[in-house]
Amino acid sequence: MSDVCASHVPAAARTAQAAPILPLSVRDLALRFDGATVLDGLSFDLSATGCTMVMGPNGAGKSLLLKLLHGLIRPTAGTIAWGSHDPSAVTARHALVFQKPVLLRRSVAANIDFVLKARGKDARRRDRLLDHVGLGHKARQPARLLSGGEAQRLALARALATDPEVLFLDEPTASLDPASVLAIEAIVAEARNRGVRIVFVTHDTGQARRMADDVLFLQGGRVAEHSRAADFFPAPRSQAARDYLDGRIVV
Amino acid sequence: MMDALGLAVQLVLSGDPDLLEIVLLSLRVSLTATVVACLIGLPLGALVAVGRFTGRNAVLIVMNALMGLPPVVVGLLVYLHLSRSGPLGFLGLLYTPTAMIIAQTILIAPIVAALSRQVIEDLHAEYAEQFRSLCLTKLQTVQALLWDARYSLLTVGLAGFGRAVAEVGAVIIVGGNIDHLTRVMTTAIALETSKGDLGLALALGIILLVIALGVNAAVQSVRMTAVRQAYV
Ligand SMILES: Nc1ncnc2c1ncn2[C@@H]1O[C@H](COP(=O)(O)OP(=O)(O)OP(=O)(O)O)[C@@H](O)[C@H]1O
Ligand SMILES: [Mg+2]
Repeated sequence: MSDVCASHVPAAARTAQAAPILPLSVRDLALRFDGATVLDGLSFDLSATGCTMVMGPNGAGKSLLLKLLHGLIRPTAGTIAWGSHDPSAVTARHALVFQKPVLLRRSVAANIDFVLKARGKDARRRDRLLDHVGLGHKARQPARLLSGGEAQRLALARALATDPEVLFLDEPTASLDPASVLAIEAIVAEARNRGVRIVFVTHDTGQARRMADDVLFLQGGRVAEHSRAADFFPAPRSQAARDYLDGRIVV
Repeated sequence: MMDALGLAVQLVLSGDPDLLEIVLLSLRVSLTATVVACLIGLPLGALVAVGRFTGRNAVLIVMNALMGLPPVVVGLLVYLHLSRSGPLGFLGLLYTPTAMIIAQTILIAPIVAALSRQVIEDLHAEYAEQFRSLCLTKLQTVQALLWDARYSLLTVGLAGFGRAVAEVGAVIIVGGNIDHLTRVMTTAIALETSKGDLGLALALGIILLVIALGVNAAVQSVRMTAVRQAYV
């Protein structure tokens, strides 16, 4: 695994950073673990702007796809091209909110401070970031005592603290109450309108309808369908997506 | 026996100056050795925990083996280096508290390194992916791990201190158990017992136990606070 993170590339190489990383092009992407194929021949493109909702049944490979795109794991085969860059070369220009966020053993505020400092960002942004996700009043609390939904919101604030050009979200609202779900969606929509490219995994069809510009539907480690939202929800092209939306079990 | 115990209690309560001197020297030597061992052992443990380099397994084996160094052997090795004919003899450190600090540091630095390596590696397993996503440098990663493992590492430091303060074999060889100069609790206990002066020996024994209990209780209460805040 390469340790190259663009934010730590020497100044001479940094001109390359200004080069656009969008659109994204994925070709014949495959991932195998000890012979078990979990992703198999994925090919798709993501446009420069908007919000892609990634959907599909449990175990379809959604989380692994995000990690591949983010440069955290290497594919067994195929290519991922962020503009002309390899994923691991542009990890610093993305942020990923994990399905199970890992919070530091520190206060809520210190979790944000840490990232701002590590990435050379303005430390004074912390309070605004916490207020932005509705955690201003919890700043002094130990982060690990937050509720599941609050932890997700802190993870989102931490991701936004790095000023990502691409924001990956892996089921960030799975354990949230309805009001918090809408609050998170508003924050993500606001980021999208600022030009942050959103790639959002969800099982919530209502949420997908509200947020999607396009839908990438995975099943069994393959792309079953990649459609514009306006086409997908009224009439999905794939049988897999139709079954999923109807609540039928797909394997 | 009961006489000795009575005398011991009396010595402790009266704050006998000789007794106090021995206790303070013990604490000074062992605390200094613990601090130095942590300054060496913690970064070393962290480096081995997060590093992926060739020879890492060999380092691991050596580190774990050194944990069980017999104190008399460490004492002997330090003696050979510091004695007048030894390579470091010109420093004139033999039979000084500094020699005792050196010996105890060598004795417990591997303990601190090996135990902290385990603690930090476990934490790193939990944090690694998140840290790579945040694009942290190796140094930032190590610093964050050391800080987030702080309460577990406190216990590691305590284990080192416990071994240092209770150790007799190394300090008696390089310190010489000289009255008012290098006499610490353990060496004094050994000497007084062999002389039959059980009162002083017992008094020192009691103090040693109280120190061990006290330090453990303090660390335990700090840890409890940390657990309540989910910081462990
Ligand atoms: N390290 C690994 N070794 C072997 N198999 C793995 C590994 N990591 C994940 N898998 C398998 O890959 C498949 C896809 O996992 P992934 O986490 O991407 O699913 P997902 O689509 O995110 O599912 P969910 O909706 O439940 O989050 C799963 O069947 C999982 O068991
Ligand atoms: Mg998942």
